[in-house]
Amino acid sequence: MPTITRWFIKAALVSLVLGLAAGIWQQVASTAGMFPVYLHLLTFGWLTQLIFGVAIWMFPMYSKEHPRGPEWLVWSVFGTLNLGLLLRVVFEPLQSLSPTIFGAWALVAAAILQWYSGMAFAAAVWKRIRTK
Amino acid sequence: MPRLSSIFIRASLMYLVLGFTFGSLILANKGVPFAPFIWALLPIHIEFLILGWLTQLALGVAFWILPRLTSNTPRGDERWSWAAFALVNLGIALNIAAPYAGFIWLGLLARILQAIGVAAFAIGNWQRIYPLKFSFSARQ
Repeated sequence: MPTITRWFIKAALVSLVLGLAAGIWQQVASTAGMFPVYLHLLTFGWLTQLIFGVAIWMFPMYSKEHPRGPEWLVWSVFGTLNLGLLLRVVFEPLQSLSPTIFGAWALVAAAILQWYSGMAFAAAVWKRIRTK
Repeated sequence: MPRLSSIFIRASLMYLVLGFTFGSLILANKGVPFAPFIWALLPIHIEFLILGWLTQLALGVAFWILPRLTSNTPRGDERWSWAAFALVNLGIALNIAAPYAGFIWLGLLARILQAIGVAAFAIGNWQRIYPLKFSFSARQ
């Protein structure tokens, strides 16, 4: 299994555990802003990240020189996805409890990073989706 | 990969691009409000990512990867799976249009079409889910 895929899948598993923990937290403490965190840890951090990792591994070769696409591109997907998710996990509840200008712009940064991760993934695998 | 899988997966990527774009706009607006109408994108964001991205990627990869049948049609009667593609996507389109179309039953119709589409996929590919078959030959 390639290194990038191992990183994706391990991070996906961490998101799964954190997402389920967020679900428990919601039942116990009911903090404002936690529901989107719970939802996105599971759908974005777990499901989508797991798909990204396995697709980068399993889809038909991009090219002989770069079988999984340009290395910098796929690593940038990993980095931006997780950094964006982390910013969101921290600042979405914080902004609900005690909004600040810094927190507001952190959410904007999270949005841009997560958006980039999706676009970069699509760019990295588009050419790999082909019939024989 | 087979042509239908390629179509399913490319469609799912288009939904990913659009769904992520709408979701990012919503989150950015949550941080620094710039357009209150952005919240109207929330149902589309959810529909595009759950039905458009996740579900269609799964169906496309399943159609490709599931064990093939030992017959002239290794992926079964493909019309079931093609029907699934058409119905799921038609359902997405109708569900997006439903709040604006003025017909209260349009959303229900959308969900029914999507359910029929996924059921069609299951019917068309059910037989491809079988245990590993191998035989031992005794040598003396």
